Amino acid sequence: MKQQDDAPRSGTRGMTDQTALVVNKLTKRFGERTAFSDVSFHVAYGEVFGFLGPNGAGKTTTVRTLGTLIAPTSGSATVAGIPLTPENGVEIRGSISVMPEAPGLYLRQTVAENLEFFAGLYGIRRAGPQIADALDAVNLGDRAGDLCGGLSKGLRQRVGLARTLLSDPKIMFLDEPTSGLDPVATREAHDLINRLRERGVTIFLTTHRLEEAEKLCDRVAILSTTLRSIGRPAELRERLFRRSLVIKTLAPLDQPGPLFSSVPAVESWQCDVPGTYELAVTDPRAAAPEVTRSLVSAGADVLSIGEVQHSLEDVYLELIDEDVEVRR
Amino acid sequence: MRALDATRVWAVVHKELRDYRRRRSIVVTMLVLPCLFLINPVLTVFFTPASTASSTLDKTISISLIFFLIIPVIMPSALAAYSVVGEREQGTLEPVLTTPIRREELIAGKAAAIMLPTVALSYAIFGLFLVVTQLFANPIVASALFHQGPILLALLLFTPLLAGWAIVVGMGISVRASEIRVAQQLGMLASVPLIGLFLLLAVGVIRPTFLVAIVFAVALLLIDVRAARLVARMFDRERLVTGAKAARP
Repeated sequence: MKQQDDAPRSGTRGMTDQTALVVNKLTKRFGERTAFSDVSFHVAYGEVFGFLGPNGAGKTTTVRTLGTLIAPTSGSATVAGIPLTPENGVEIRGSISVMPEAPGLYLRQTVAENLEFFAGLYGIRRAGPQIADALDAVNLGDRAGDLCGGLSKGLRQRVGLARTLLSDPKIMFLDEPTSGLDPVATREAHDLINRLRERGVTIFLTTHRLEEAEKLCDRVAILSTTLRSIGRPAELRERLFRRSLVIKTLAPLDQPGPLFSSVPAVESWQCDVPGTYELAVTDPRAAAPEVTRSLVSAGADVLSIGEVQHSLEDVYLELIDEDVEVRR
Repeated sequence: MRALDATRVWAVVHKELRDYRRRRSIVVTMLVLPCLFLINPVLTVFFTPASTASSTLDKTISISLIFFLIIPVIMPSALAAYSVVGEREQGTLEPVLTTPIRREELIAGKAAAIMLPTVALSYAIFGLFLVVTQLFANPIVASALFHQGPILLALLLFTPLLAGWAIVVGMGISVRASEIRVAQQLGMLASVPLIGLFLLLAVGVIRPTFLVAIVFAVALLLIDVRAARLVARMFDRERLVTGAKAARP
């Protein structure tokens, strides 16, 4: 599938001014191995952008490249309006925050001491208020004095999330932020991401949880070394899957072919399970009543009729399965 | 060269010192190791007969004092070798590298955090030795010790400079090593030049004078500064994060 980017466009310069991230044909190779290749996309300020892909797809390497930890082999990018060059590393890192997949805390130091250290690295002196706000945001205000070594994996993850809030960044790169969190903590993290979005913070979210991406992200990109697709989850579904209705009848229809062919809204149909029919239609809302009337007039006992709902997971699996097939 | 940001450097120093305090093995090693190098000077001062010929007494004491120069080299080498590769193995380095801290600031902070306890302990132990000698040693032997002007000056000047050398060498190995154990073993190489200096003094090739002490101190200072800059250039974020050397355009 040809990659598309439907982020607002207003000329390259204007885009750089208004856009949090501009990535243009970015490629990273380690010797003979290509981590990611020819990746282009734009992310607007205040957008939650999901970055999905299987293990080894190049997601973390992309984050590290945009976070100035590693240099791209070719291509260009602008991060928070600053061109991605080695000379601009300090300035870029001062405008963003990155939460790696492993929180990487100092286990012999307390939660507050860890955050105090990182506040210092961002040049913040007397960081007490920032630390208190960050801990409150992840509901860890009462654990400030606990040694990080004594915290559970989920709590450490929340401290890592608090760390990204200290510098009030324009862009946050979150690599699997809810990994290891229980459902309540996950929901709190989602609420936090939504609050940050409302404040205009751009979130670049790498996740394996597709339902999380669907729930949180304005747009998603699916990476498998190259960018396989990009867009709003609903658009990706429409791009990949035909809209269809699923009908269940009490007994299999005698002559489904002539019956469905007589309905103009139905483009094609198939029946894998007796009594269950999938109809490809252009507009499910218009087609459903028409199909129901035809079925009833043919004497069929209709048990249910509804639109097939494809999830982001279906989109993801469809695209990644294509890759697996190609590699075979 | 851009100035270092004091807030960022101090944040690193503060964190490192706090971490050392909470690792009992580090504290014990830092306290016990120097004591081993006290054995020879103490035996020399308290067991050398006062009737020993003046020239022999001077030489014996000057050589024993050289042991104090081993302390600032040995004490920081393990910590310096651990400083970068250790954080990398623990998984704490990557979050640090995502912040605006520059490599020079990170290295300066880590080096200062190792330098402070090393120099403080080295001077404290040497000062204690001088006090104990003055109070309890035979006056003739004590007098011979306090007349070793060039050696005493060298100890004063060389302690921070040799510590700096050991720290820079250890950190240079640490930024390139693949694992802690390798780094710590290679870190012991920092003491090789000192052993050479020790031998040259012991066999009388180098005669300790005030001029020699000052010339050596200036040379060591220049070497430390150049080596520190080299280590800063060797600090490659990409290599430290991915294990692969960064491609140069």
